[in-house]
Amino acid sequence: MQRRTFLKTTAAAVTATAFTGLGPAFALDNVVKEAGECKIQWSKQTTSICAFCSVGCGLVVHANKSTGRVVNVEGNSDHPINRGSLCAKGASSIQMTVNADRPTKCMYRAPYSDSFEVKDWEWCKKRIAKLIKKSRDESFEKKNADGNVVNRTMGIASLGSAALDNEECYAMHSFMRSLGLVYVEHQARI
Amino acid sequence: MTNHWNDLQNSDCILIMGSNPAENHPISFKWVTKAQRAGAKVIHVDPRFTRTSARSDMYAALRSGTDIAVLGGMINYILQNKKYFTEYMVEYTNASFIVGEDFDFKDGLFTGFDPATRSYDKSKWSFELDSKGNPKQDKSLAHPRSVFQIMKKHYGRYTLDKVSSMSGVSVQDLKELYELYAATGTAKKAGTIMYAMGWTQHSVGVQNIRAMAIIQLMLGNMGVAGGGVNALRGECNVQGSTDYALLYHILPGYLKTPLAGQDTLEQYNKAFTPVSNDPKSANWWSNYPKYSASLIKAMYENDDPKDAYNYLPRLDSHKASQYSWLPLIDRMADGKFSGALIWGMNPACSGSDSEKTRKALGKLDWMVNVNLFTCETSDFWKGPNMDPKSVKTETFFLPCASAIEKEGSVSNSGRWMQWRYKAQEPQDGVLTDGHYFHELWEELVHLYEEEGGVYPEPITHLTFNRMCEADENGKYHFSAQQTARLCNGWFTRDVEVKGKKFKKGQQVPSFAYLQDDGSTTSGNWLYCNSYTDEGNKAERHDSTQTEEQARIGLYPNWTWCWPVNRRIIYNRASCDPKGNPWNPEKAVIKWNGEKWIGDVPDGGWAPGTKHPFIMLKHGMGQLFGPGRVDGPLPEYYEPLECPVETHAFSKQLHNPTAVHFEDEEKAVADERFPFVASTYRVTEHWQTGSMTRWMSWLVETEPQMFVEISPQLAKLRGFENGEKVVVESVRGSLWAIAMVTDRIQPYKIAGKEVHMVGMPWHYGWVTPKDGGDSANLVTPNVGDPNTGIPEYKAFMVNVRKWKEGDA
Repeated sequence: MQRRTFLKTTAAAVTATAFTGLGPAFALDNVVKEAGECKIQWSKQTTSICAFCSVGCGLVVHANKSTGRVVNVEGNSDHPINRGSLCAKGASSIQMTVNADRPTKCMYRAPYSDSFEVKDWEWCKKRIAKLIKKSRDESFEKKNADGNVVNRTMGIASLGSAALDNEECYAMHSFMRSLGLVYVEHQARI
Repeated sequence: MTNHWNDLQNSDCILIMGSNPAENHPISFKWVTKAQRAGAKVIHVDPRFTRTSARSDMYAALRSGTDIAVLGGMINYILQNKKYFTEYMVEYTNASFIVGEDFDFKDGLFTGFDPATRSYDKSKWSFELDSKGNPKQDKSLAHPRSVFQIMKKHYGRYTLDKVSSMSGVSVQDLKELYELYAATGTAKKAGTIMYAMGWTQHSVGVQNIRAMAIIQLMLGNMGVAGGGVNALRGECNVQGSTDYALLYHILPGYLKTPLAGQDTLEQYNKAFTPVSNDPKSANWWSNYPKYSASLIKAMYENDDPKDAYNYLPRLDSHKASQYSWLPLIDRMADGKFSGALIWGMNPACSGSDSEKTRKALGKLDWMVNVNLFTCETSDFWKGPNMDPKSVKTETFFLPCASAIEKEGSVSNSGRWMQWRYKAQEPQDGVLTDGHYFHELWEELVHLYEEEGGVYPEPITHLTFNRMCEADENGKYHFSAQQTARLCNGWFTRDVEVKGKKFKKGQQVPSFAYLQDDGSTTSGNWLYCNSYTDEGNKAERHDSTQTEEQARIGLYPNWTWCWPVNRRIIYNRASCDPKGNPWNPEKAVIKWNGEKWIGDVPDGGWAPGTKHPFIMLKHGMGQLFGPGRVDGPLPEYYEPLECPVETHAFSKQLHNPTAVHFEDEEKAVADERFPFVASTYRVTEHWQTGSMTRWMSWLVETEPQMFVEISPQLAKLRGFENGEKVVVESVRGSLWAIAMVTDRIQPYKIAGKEVHMVGMPWHYGWVTPKDGGDSANLVTPNVGDPNTGIPEYKAFMVNVRKWKEGDA
């Protein structure tokens, strides 16, 4: 059955059920059965969780099997919290990923420059690591004013992020603390 | 949330205060209206009439920042009219504890206040102890120094007239509110609270929530289905990012950041491991040394935790006034940081006082911003009032993979850890955040090994590769699955724990098996049990439930929830001391004579053998909370910017311990800034809009900055609906489109008319064109003394007509 036909039949079934009151929902049963037999052929489905608020609504993401690119994001009707529904933001989720305005290259702005220039990650990585090391080595305190051991970096601040996955949060925590950072904050504070 | 989203359907009365879930957590409202259809009352108390108010059975408008007056009045009402659930309150809370003789409260100040440091000596609020070191109790509640009697005295001052005069809520509305909500103080009724930043973002934020926690404990609403204290978190993983401690004061699993002077792991553990001599107190934090050692072992697997403890940086104190967001930005503005790593954030719009924040970014030598889209932070150097030629900050923008371009888990407000799968590969040149962290770490290890440097061991010893998988060439890459395994934890050698034998490399089945000797790793003890030898439980999509579980919609096999898949925490309090549910119709757990059935209980001990609040030293819900920095009981204070010079409850105008900067001016009863202002969100945008302002469908629906203004204020200022106006405060100004609406009404405060305006904070100058800028240009750098969270929700502004030349 085509998706469009399925939707039409569902609408008809809902109407039929509405008019037959508490009578047996024969049409709906058939539709549910038929819908179960429908196969999506051209896309691969994966599940996800909405990236906006903290309700944690389930998503189904469809990617074109031949290009591997995402073509649709919708609510997961199996998910106990949202049962397939989404708000305006959640329903727009695809635009967060599939969006012509998303930069795909690292950008660098030199001191006092009035523009960004494209740089590759390898270059940025080397430069950023050098800067982190310089700031750390220059501002590292082994002891505080009272003479207690503190082993901390005073010259670098870390901000972020509630937008990371748990596993990335753990990686970030480990990395920042290994650098000796004490000024570690993020969205939860503000 | 102590409970979870589906559980809202079990409530008999849903109080929504300090939040607007129909707008900001729209799908949660599915469960609110389900409860309502089953007969529950829905009450909204908010400065503005919103989409939530429109669906509520009762709405009351309060002046922003006066919640403690309204809640203190409710505590008084419950006490005066004996609406509390007596057995629950006596058995499960500290109502019967005797407070020491040093405690007193006079004219807005508790004992122990030092004006020089604006802080309290909390030892003055201690309980009186018996010979075993346990708090003395009087279960008749008659002792004049019992918590119950102290509360009666304290909240007896919160009369209807005083509460009304400060909050602007009419006496009649207050009575109706109190009566409706206090009706849940029986065994078979449950009331719940849904709050969000409308409560936290105040200079009394923590005490707002404390006040409600007191109400919930008195009414017996904690641990039960349809009850609890439910924080609606703002971001998809702000629960997880807090659990994982991307905050100055904690390490993963709410362990404390080490302090200067705690030179050894032993000293550190001793300082933060509470001791109770009450055999009925589970005192769960007595396991602290197991969790700290397992965390350190997860970070430094090749070191003994005792040695690797030295790799952790230490703070001078845990004070919010020293290290939290506001002092951090202040320190940046003073030029004391040379670099900043800003990940998945847009502080140029999200921090209070955007102008100060944006200028502070210009004091850095270098800054890295990682985001999906460019934003006001990555581009700050070319923003309004900036001349790029005079901004030194060397700036990097790194594009990151989106949520559906990687795998990993996020934890929602209900503590459900839910796995996401990768639907597509990121574009060439785009990495996940995890990959950026790992590759930067590798480069730093390389640099320290090559050049040497200051104390390199914490970096070079970090076993980051245990969060990775190696490819065919032996090169390590960040792996979410591998990291999730580490966060749960594994055994580092063959051991026997509690009569069970485990092999090296086996996953730890739950935190009850974690050890303090380095034989276990666990990146976050709260998540131990999420990834066992059975696999990654966050991936589970199984809706099956037992009959008892289905009755309240627990869904124990759908994903996984911390701690140990317990869906409603403190659930031992849902039963009487014999193990019978207070409300058998909606039982969370039940003792069947041998064991608990239903939800995972808060410990398997037989009924009556342990107090229910196992994370607290004494095991009892804290009506009297001697741990907060601003007092053991919530007390009314005005926001640090307010329209009045005095208030009805004491001579102490503001929270005396609030975080603020002496040299920054505040508008108090200042005729230049006569209107109360608050910031908020709309469904169609998210946070600073750094993502949603790039999404055309959403921008079309909400294209531009606006300010909601009452018809009365519009008349006073001569505004037309739709006109461009200026909102200005002590700190700055911005333009907004005047939205003249009946949804906002002036308040009657101490006999005078006080106006309020409200603004969304989603906009910024980068995009869309003519969309306006951040509402945080006008918000103040003041905050709660416990958390440091800024007071975005109540401050003072002026509104006036826009003219050529205005921003």
